[in-house]
Parts: sequence; C-alpha cells; structure tokens
Amino acid sequence: MLGALVAAIVTSKGWPAVRETFFSWEAFKASFPDVLRGFWLDVRLFVIVEIVVLALGLLVALCRTSAAPALAPLRLIGAVYVDVLRGVPTILVVYLVGFGVPALELSGVPSDPVVLGGIALALSYGAYVAEVYRAGIDSIHPSQRAAALAVGLTQRQAMRHVVLPQAVRRVVPPLLNDFISLQKDVALVSILGPLEAFRVAQIEASTNFNYTPLVAAAVLYLCVTVPLARWVDAMQRRRRA
Amino acid sequence: MSVLEVRGVTKAYGDLSVLRGIDLTVEEHGAVAVIGASGSGKSTLLRCIDLLDEIDDGDVLLDGEVVTDPAVDPVAVRRRLGMVFQAFNLFPHLSVLDNVALAPMRAQGTPRAEAEQRARELLARFGLEGREDQPPERLSGGQQQRVAIVRALATQPRALLLDEVTSALDPELVGEVLEVVRELKAGGMTMLIATHEMAFAREVADEVCFLHDGVILERGAPDAVLGSPREPETRRFLRRLLDAGRL
Repeated sequence: MLGALVAAIVTSKGWPAVRETFFSWEAFKASFPDVLRGFWLDVRLFVIVEIVVLALGLLVALCRTSAAPALAPLRLIGAVYVDVLRGVPTILVVYLVGFGVPALELSGVPSDPVVLGGIALALSYGAYVAEVYRAGIDSIHPSQRAAALAVGLTQRQAMRHVVLPQAVRRVVPPLLNDFISLQKDVALVSILGPLEAFRVAQIEASTNFNYTPLVAAAVLYLCVTVPLARWVDAMQRRRRA
Repeated sequence: MSVLEVRGVTKAYGDLSVLRGIDLTVEEHGAVAVIGASGSGKSTLLRCIDLLDEIDDGDVLLDGEVVTDPAVDPVAVRRRLGMVFQAFNLFPHLSVLDNVALAPMRAQGTPRAEAEQRARELLARFGLEGREDQPPERLSGGQQQRVAIVRALATQPRALLLDEVTSALDPELVGEVLEVVRELKAGGMTMLIATHEMAFAREVADEVCFLHDGVILERGAPDAVLGSPREPETRRFLRRLLDAGRL
C-alpha cells in the first residue's frame, strides 16, 4: 500500500516540480545551517517553558485538589484558569500575550517577544498539565491518604510523601505526550517575530521561492519528537512489565 | 483511667445513620473486640476514633482527654494511635522498610538512621527480616498485613485499632496475622479489634461487643456473649456464622 502511494506520487505529473520546490538538495544544504541556528532557539525555549509548565501545572493541580475550606478562592482561581486557557487556541494566547502585553506600555514588564511567547506557551500548557496532574492525584485511592494520616502525617505530608509520588509516577506517559506537543508548538512563537527554526525557514523559502527550508525545519523537529516518542513508548512498556 | 473511651458517639453519612449512640471503654492493656455483620458500623467506629471521620455527636476520649473537641489537633491524636486496615493500605511506592520508617521520620522527627534501625528491629521481631528492601506487592497478603501492623507500631502508639485485619486474607494466611495480634496482647498492648474471627475474639478479647444497626446490642465477657448470647439478634448473627463454617 505504502509502495503504491509512493509510486503514485513520484509518477504524478507534478512530481518533478514538487521535488524541486520541496526536496531540493542544494536548497537544503544552503538553508540548513541557518535553520539549525534557529532551531537552537526552539530547543532552549522548549526546555525553559517545559520546566515552568511542570511547576505551574503542579501548583494549579494542588490548588484544585485541596480540600481545606480556606482554600476555596484558590480552587476557584485554578478552575477559571484551566477553563479559560484550555478553551482558547494556543495561537490566540500567543497573539494576545505577545502583542497585548507590550501595548500596555507598563514599565518592568518584559517586551522581548521570545520571553512573551514563552509566557504564553507556559500559560497555555500549564492548564493542560494541571489537568494531567489532577487526574493523577484523583486516581490515587483515598485509602492511601487515610493510611498516611493514620500513621500521623499531616495533610500536607500525606500529599507530599504518599499521594503525589504515586500520582506523578502514574501520569509520566501523558506528561511526556504533552512534552512532545509543546516541542512542536514552540514554532507558534514565530508569529511574534523571533528567528526560530520555522520563521527562518519561512523567510528563506519566500526569498528563494523554494520550500525546502521548511522541510529542513520539519526534519529537525522530527529529530527531537521521534526519539521523545520512542522514549515515551519505552517508559510505558517498562511500567506494564 | 481508661485509655480509650467512647461516649454516645453518633455518625451519619447523609441520611444513612451508621452509629446511633455508641459507648465503649478500653482499659490499659485491655482488648475489646467489636463483632457484627458487614455494614453494622465497625469500620466507621474505628475511623471515627482515629479522627479519620468526623463524628456528629458524642465524645471520644484518649487518656481522659476529649480528642473530638474541635480545638484538639487531630494530627497529634492520630500520632498517639495506631490503625491497621482490612486492605493493608501499604504505600506501594515505598519499600517495606520505608513504609515502616516514614512516620517516625516525618511525624516524629526521628533521624533516618535511627528510624531505619528501629524499623529493622521491629520487622525482624515479626519475622519479616530479609524483606526490608522489597516493594510490598512482592509479599504475601499475610506478610503485607504484618508489615502494616509493624508500621502502626513504629510510632509506639498508646492503643491499636485493628479493622478486620484478616478479612482480606486467604484462609491459610489468617493464622500468622492472628499470631501477631496474640503476641501484642501478651505484651500488654491496648487494642480495639473489629473482627469476624469469633474463636480469636474469644481467645484474645477481655470484652466482646456485638454491634447491630449502629448500636451495641450486647456486650460482656467473650464466653458469655459468644457462648450464651441473650439477644435474639446476637444468636441469629452467630448462627449465620456457624452455618457459613466461620465459627
């Protein structure tokens, strides 16, 4: 089937033109160093945003799962945050934060598009990851908390030493899935102007009327996401074993 | 002064009244067995005493102090009591040793080395040496419940609350757990035991309370309650156990 599909493509009338515009070896070689340099920005941004997302998501999940009556306002804020940020397309959040925040002309607020784009991604993904954590926490049977309290731990210690370690272990695969998703969505920051891989590729493509740089960018993304995906699979297999 | 005293405790979940005025006393070094059908409120009673569930009315006293007073810190109370659950409730992400050492370290501030040393000694005392580094799931049910008992003992509680500790075990594993409880009784541990094992209750308990429909319908010396029960409900309950081959 796959062979037939490939055959259909390479024997099509438009194939020579497509091959030249998308898969030109010359254009690939010429653009690759610049795209790679742009991709380095993606990688750095991804790593920093992911760390912020993991912390923010955990914080929101802890707020939302807390039972103390005094924390009701925090629960409400957490719920509104998740509902809003998860309900809005990430690209819109990037636009709103990236162009809206500088327009406020507040002093002391960052105006670097990379920073603002990173904040937008962190806000958006924080909402998803908060729900992943929350699902994990809710999946731990209440008897575990009861046993932790019964041996004399405080509510906080029971969460920290008994519930959370089990919950996090359980949600590692879905968290890694969101990892991969974020890794790709870093390209959304390009709409704010920073020269990350997709942006560089786009510029080169429109300068030379050749789309090969975009393919080069795609290859670079795959170089990170495919190993990540295999790693997720391996983790899941190990958990089942 | 009694170690544990329960006075007029009531508890309802919504419209469902589970405990309807329970009075109970456990003396120092004493063992009281609570028997009764599933759903009669045995577990709820124990959970209420350990302040894992809030009571609606009445008092629970530990060493003469009313611990169900809202001003009392429930964490401090739970640290003075040990509880063992029907389903063990061991922490699956921790080794056997860490299950036992967690509370001394976190709740009592014992340094790790000392907590682990004590945990090793306790585990060895109950025939669990060599299991320290294994995850609980590798152990048999009887071994897991013994670890749970050791975990409850690690904080040196004033009294132990045992909630049907053999009900989740295969029949051939019941004996080893009961043997541990027997040893504890001989060592003078104060215990409140919810159980389905009538022969065991007869042997270990100083007093047997028959819980029916949220009240203690009959109480007294084990031989009296289990041998010649006065109440028709108690007789019916015991006959059902007899028919099921559990007596």
